[in-house]
Amino acid sequence: MAAIAGTKSSLTWAVHLSVAALVLLWIFPTAGLLVSSFRTTDQIRSSGWWAAMFPATANETLRAADPDDFRVDLGDGRFAVSGNLYVEDGSVETPDDVQAVIQVWGTSSRAIDAFVPGDTADLGDGETITVQSNGDYVWEGDDDQMSGRGQRVFVTAESPPEFTLNNYQNVLFDPANREGMAQAFFNTLTVTIPATIIPILVAAFAAYALAWMDFPGRALLIAFVVALLVVPLQLALIPLLQLHNDIGIGKGYLGVWLAHTGFGMPLAIYLLRNYMVGLPRDIIENAKVDGATDFQIFVKIILPLSFPALASFAIFQFLWTWNDLLVALVFLIDATGQTTVMTRQIVELLGTRGGDWEILATSAFVSIAVPLVVFFLMQRYLVRGLLAGSVK
Amino acid sequence: MNPAVQGLITIIIGVGGCVGYFYFSNQILDKFIFPATGPQAGRNISRANAVRPWLFLFPALFALSLYLAYPVFETLRLSLTDRNAGGAFVGLDNYTQMFGEDKFWEAVRNNLLWLLIVPAASTAFGLLAAQLTDRISWGNIAKSLIFMPMAISFVGAAVIFKLIYDARPEDMAQIGIMNAVYLQLGGESPITWLTVPFWNNIFLMVVLIWIQTGFAMVILSAALRGIPEETIEAAIIDGANPFQVFFKIKMPQIAGTIVVVWTTITIVVLKVFDIVFAMTNGQWETQVLANYMYDKLFRANDWGVGSASAIIIMLMVTPILVWNVYNARKEMR
Repeated sequence: MAAIAGTKSSLTWAVHLSVAALVLLWIFPTAGLLVSSFRTTDQIRSSGWWAAMFPATANETLRAADPDDFRVDLGDGRFAVSGNLYVEDGSVETPDDVQAVIQVWGTSSRAIDAFVPGDTADLGDGETITVQSNGDYVWEGDDDQMSGRGQRVFVTAESPPEFTLNNYQNVLFDPANREGMAQAFFNTLTVTIPATIIPILVAAFAAYALAWMDFPGRALLIAFVVALLVVPLQLALIPLLQLHNDIGIGKGYLGVWLAHTGFGMPLAIYLLRNYMVGLPRDIIENAKVDGATDFQIFVKIILPLSFPALASFAIFQFLWTWNDLLVALVFLIDATGQTTVMTRQIVELLGTRGGDWEILATSAFVSIAVPLVVFFLMQRYLVRGLLAGSVK
Repeated sequence: MNPAVQGLITIIIGVGGCVGYFYFSNQILDKFIFPATGPQAGRNISRANAVRPWLFLFPALFALSLYLAYPVFETLRLSLTDRNAGGAFVGLDNYTQMFGEDKFWEAVRNNLLWLLIVPAASTAFGLLAAQLTDRISWGNIAKSLIFMPMAISFVGAAVIFKLIYDARPEDMAQIGIMNAVYLQLGGESPITWLTVPFWNNIFLMVVLIWIQTGFAMVILSAALRGIPEETIEAAIIDGANPFQVFFKIKMPQIAGTIVVVWTTITIVVLKVFDIVFAMTNGQWETQVLANYMYDKLFRANDWGVGSASAIIIMLMVTPILVWNVYNARKEMR
């Protein structure tokens, strides 16, 4: 078709460029979260996440070692302390580990860029200090000068991009962290799996009945399902919470499983019926002629053939229950907060840890990672389900 | 009991119960109630076949009726009663009270704004993406990346966009891209975007547009591929340029699908709750109906007004509901 259209090459380029721009625009927000979750608190505070890919320039105040403990007698009343500023600072173990490269340095807060690496600064009365680009220093002076605290050095250094897994360690595996996501992750999983599996079976039987069994009122029932497809679940909150309290379920897992089963039912029936109706009539009629009952036909023929539709719905239901906030808030989470789910936990963190992006980004990414994996693995079924599920 | 064990038991009971129900109810029907033996065998078989669909349908219908149909009527009833007066019938008092509240009208106004902007923008971006990606070799990769936000929860998306809109004090480095760009372009001081009335609504809508564009793109892309090629070839031979082909040949042929996408997103918009709840919680004039309802139900504990606002959401959905049912019935014939 491109050949017929006689597409000009300039137009093709325009298409490529606009698609690239669109894609970048769409993944940019998520990339920000992902990158931020691998940065340290200091890095996040000092620069935007887009700067994480490039070397960062930062000003630091470092201090030479305590001369009272570490000075070496050079004779003639002169003493020296030598070492590495970053090692003294405690940020690295040995001088070989230093990643930062000092660009300029100074000995006074008013002139932090007075010297370049290798220069020797005159501190007056014969006291000198020399700093190399990796933070190695030699500081010399007389007895009086070489006492008290270590000499302060102001450095402006460029450090290469640096990423850390500490945030994940902290959010997922630190048992002492009460704001951690481990418990919530587990709770979300507990909500999701039964809430995904149970509706499938219930809906599949109903879908078969609506697709292949003849009975009065069938058309009306299908219309009923289509109508319920768009009923906002907001209407269900109070009546059902009341009902759950009356019959003794209260707030808890059982309630949320039942609620998700009910709310997922219209889409499940609709999707599965649409798919089953399209299965070849011959197979089903042949089976009937051979004496198979409806139950056998359903279990042995329809169910295996409907696998793609079952998978589509399972993905929808999984994504929806995993990502849900409202149903969990109303039917699951009680005053103790023991059963909190990840979405709820994140909303809490947004309130209490509003500015701590390393925690927020990591927590949020923990919660969206599983759906993303499912999405990329099962995209085919998701697309198929979407195409079948939108009311034509 | 450990919730994991409880979950496992529920799966086993749930799945086992379903299988057991379907299997044994069939057995009972065929063997005991209407056995296919004896003098009335023929009549019994047809009777059993008349009952069987209802056996298959019963659990699903029960769940549908209890969890979706019954609440519609119960909410309607609650909206006409006063919980504090022991559930006494109060007529339209709750509605009158609600209509007197500024917050309610703010929510209605914002909801209408959402309804105007989000479906239109998502459909437009989706159409653009579908049309462009269909023509290039790496289109499928591009599609799946634009489609990806669909898998992200509204809450996750709220965090993602809060980072984008983040504002820090003037003397600190800006880590939100909006403010970084704004200052770069000559802005004087960082703006806390989510507190700027009116525009903050747009910033919240961006989140939903970002999520829904992928959905629109997938559906529209399938529709575009379904267009008969002859119509396009004919137009090109007649000298139509690419824009004419798109607007005059393709668009009319996928109009039906565009309506479907539009209405589907409209329903999502009417129910939008998580984004507002997580990002502004309705402060700074960003209230929407679903969040207003949540406020009334669970913070103010006012079931009457809460139910009344839920009924308003239901009323807004009703035209789409009727339209869907009408179309489904037309298709069945």
